[in-house]
Amino acid sequence: MGLLSKKDASLITDPLADNNPITIQVLGICSALAITAELEASIVMAVSVLFVLAIGNVVISLMRNIIPSKIRIIVQLIVVATLVIVVDLVLKAFAYELSKTLSVFVGLIITNCIIMGRFEAFALANGPWKSFLDGIGNSLGYAIILVVVGFFRELLGSGSLLGFPVLGNPITKTGVYEFGYENNGFMIMPPMALIVVGIIIWIQRSKNKALIED
Amino acid sequence: MEKRTDKNSYTVLFAIGMVFVVGSILAFLAMYLKPNIDENKRIEKQLNILYAMGVNNNEGGSLAFVSKDIVADEFSKYVTQQLVIEGDKVTEDTNAYLIDVKKEIAAGKDGGVRRLPLFVGEKDGKTFYIAPIRGKGLWDAIWGFVAMDKNMVVQGVFFDHKGETAGLGANINKRFFMDDFIGEQLKNNGRFTGITVAKGNNDPLNKRKEDNKVDAIAGATITGDGVSAMLKSELKLYLPYFNTLEN
Repeated sequence: MGLLSKKDASLITDPLADNNPITIQVLGICSALAITAELEASIVMAVSVLFVLAIGNVVISLMRNIIPSKIRIIVQLIVVATLVIVVDLVLKAFAYELSKTLSVFVGLIITNCIIMGRFEAFALANGPWKSFLDGIGNSLGYAIILVVVGFFRELLGSGSLLGFPVLGNPITKTGVYEFGYENNGFMIMPPMALIVVGIIIWIQRSKNKALIED
Repeated sequence: MEKRTDKNSYTVLFAIGMVFVVGSILAFLAMYLKPNIDENKRIEKQLNILYAMGVNNNEGGSLAFVSKDIVADEFSKYVTQQLVIEGDKVTEDTNAYLIDVKKEIAAGKDGGVRRLPLFVGEKDGKTFYIAPIRGKGLWDAIWGFVAMDKNMVVQGVFFDHKGETAGLGANINKRFFMDDFIGEQLKNNGRFTGITVAKGNNDPLNKRKEDNKVDAIAGATITGDGVSAMLKSELKLYLPYFNTLEN
């Protein structure tokens, strides 16, 4: 990357794999389990978190020298809650349909551990540009896992992708259902999200032994 | 040396300042945007009422409301009467669709007489009676509009929710669920039964219309129960009015 120095570029690329917020830092698990029954919801959530984390990281980074350390968690919480509410209000006024789609996610964004985790671990100690890149990198790392989990849960659980029935119609028995295939109803339940994430962690650590802790 | 930002006095001042700044920003924004948001909500209600009575741009399996630009005209064209039912008294009110059902439910709980809005629509020579309903899902409020004929046979519904689980309970506003209600009866042999969102219904295509049941969404049991409950408790209130129509 010509635009970014090697160190800056690693802020974006590290969280994609070897320092992934979900599989390595184990942050943001709650939302990864809650909303990945459909691919579309996963993508909407990933984009929302990208937006809030990138901007929130910059705001916290700019304030890092004036935030009293004793109440820093509360300050971080207020910043992220304010950001989300402002965006929600503006969308309700000017893009009502979009705001309806997102309304389910508002509470989940505020309480997403990745956001508080990155504020606390990175933005409080680094400048705005680095924090912005860190925000982008971590939300992309989060997005990858969400999309992979959402892809498998929707495909195996509902036989569709982004709402399109790719495997045929289970009720009228067309496509693969003609040959006796059935959707796995368990896939759309939250426990299966945990198991899918577990499998991803397993594959990742068996490929890169350095990630295994003693 | 102690850092400036570690002092108690600084911490308190910072907290007060932050609350003041953030509070002002949010209060100002909420006030400033309120007219736009209220207007959007008003349009949404009209769109939902029209959708329930079959005035929409649905194509194939997709869900589409009529265009926002023409919603006001369409609403006055198709919705011929707006009624408010209070006990035995039925009055006309052209702003009945603005009645806040949530507040009316609260008033009913406090012992007051509820104002029940009912919209009468005409389309292709058929008369529709559309009632708003509201209840509880798994996480938050769910609500909707049910269009019926005078025998309380459902002609169309629109459901929506505030925060049901994405991909599961949130699907109550999808066509595959809402379309199942069309043709279902709210009464059975003259007795009000409501419609139950049933698991183990063994009727996924919903061919049996007289069983007062529709097929539930897998993984959304509580939301489905909420839909059943709100259909029963809210529409039952309209029964006396529908009884007068039959005679």
